[in-house]
Amino acid sequence: MSAVENTGGGTVEYIQHHLTNWSVGQGFWTLNLDTILVSLMLGALIVFAGMRVGRNLEVGAPSGFQNFVEMVLEFVDTQVKDSFGKRDNALIAPLALTVLVWVWLMNFMDLIPVDLIPAALHMIGLHEFKAVPTTDLNTTMAMALFVFVLTVYYNIKVKGLVGYIKMFLFHPFGKFLVPVNMVMTAIEELAKPISLGLRLFGNMFAGELVFLLIALLTLGATISASLLIWFPLQVVLDVAWLIFHILVITLQAFIFMVLTIVYLGMAHITEDEH
Amino acid sequence: MNITVTLFAQMIAFIAMIWLVNRFLWAPLSSMMEARRQRIADGLSASERGKHELKLAEERAVQVIKEAKERATELLAQANGRSTEILDEARNNAKAESERVIAGAQAEIGREVERAKQELSKQVSVLAVIGAERILKREVDAKVHEASIADLVARI
Repeated sequence: MSAVENTGGGTVEYIQHHLTNWSVGQGFWTLNLDTILVSLMLGALIVFAGMRVGRNLEVGAPSGFQNFVEMVLEFVDTQVKDSFGKRDNALIAPLALTVLVWVWLMNFMDLIPVDLIPAALHMIGLHEFKAVPTTDLNTTMAMALFVFVLTVYYNIKVKGLVGYIKMFLFHPFGKFLVPVNMVMTAIEELAKPISLGLRLFGNMFAGELVFLLIALLTLGATISASLLIWFPLQVVLDVAWLIFHILVITLQAFIFMVLTIVYLGMAHITEDEH
Repeated sequence: MNITVTLFAQMIAFIAMIWLVNRFLWAPLSSMMEARRQRIADGLSASERGKHELKLAEERAVQVIKEAKERATELLAQANGRSTEILDEARNNAKAESERVIAGAQAEIGREVERAKQELSKQVSVLAVIGAERILKREVDAKVHEASIADLVARI
């Protein structure tokens, strides 16, 4: 990065460079290796941690990490039970737990200094690397679309195919505005996965971008008097945004989980319960 | 930033993650927590049962002690009654025996007295006759005093 001049072109180049994935393939067949690699590594971390806790389960008086895991587990379970009540579904709780923990960890990559991982990988010859999987639309939309598929599946399973079609025909305005209903419900249903995926992507992408902009303050600066102003400012802004971002990544992971539960919960409500 | 085949790779990864999280994190922990809930519930009900059993045992102990006391009193009364009975019986037996012995002895005495009387009267009459003979040999004829000697013998 040292070669980049602090000019307009250098700034754009710096930001574009940071927003380019390490990928193979062309067009649609592009595989973002960094996204996949980091998300799989974080997934492996979760599984590894789960296996470690699972091996030495203490039924009596748990301590340390097991306590924390149990806390998270009960938190998720409470959220699911609040939404589902007696309509028990064994898939929802593990799904929600996966979303919370995995998304949180992927978001957490955002808190690692923006240049640290790319700079380290630059040394071994990797020139482009995006370390935060959730700033890749593919990751967030993948999860959102899977939730959408599940929503459709449970809608049809619980309401029946006829009930599901009826939902399109007669909601929200009753039987006299069937064409309007169809358009409204279709938009409503399609907006769910799109907003779910884009919300997380947007928040993480924007957060990453703000980190990049803060990093730009002293990018390529030479040792001079102006550095005495810019360097402390950068540190203060960076720390402030970092602390704020801890809240954001947690909140976004939580929102993604809650919406997943709510959408699936709505899919489990039958006609007569409306 | 475009949607590419990465989306499908991530979707597969997501599904795999759900399965793995369920297999290694959710299932073991939630079943363990269920087991813990069960254990706590069992413990609570066991302590409740223990309390109940203790109460029952205390009641039973009081009952047993009461019964034992009653039985002891009963036995004591019975023993007292029996001892009195035995004493009475013994006393009666002894009385009867002593009376029998006394009666036997008295009868024996009576018989002995009678026999002695007869013996004595026999000997007295013999002695009287001998004495009278000795006297009569000197002065009186036996024929003269026969009547008074007979009278003497009869008196004895």
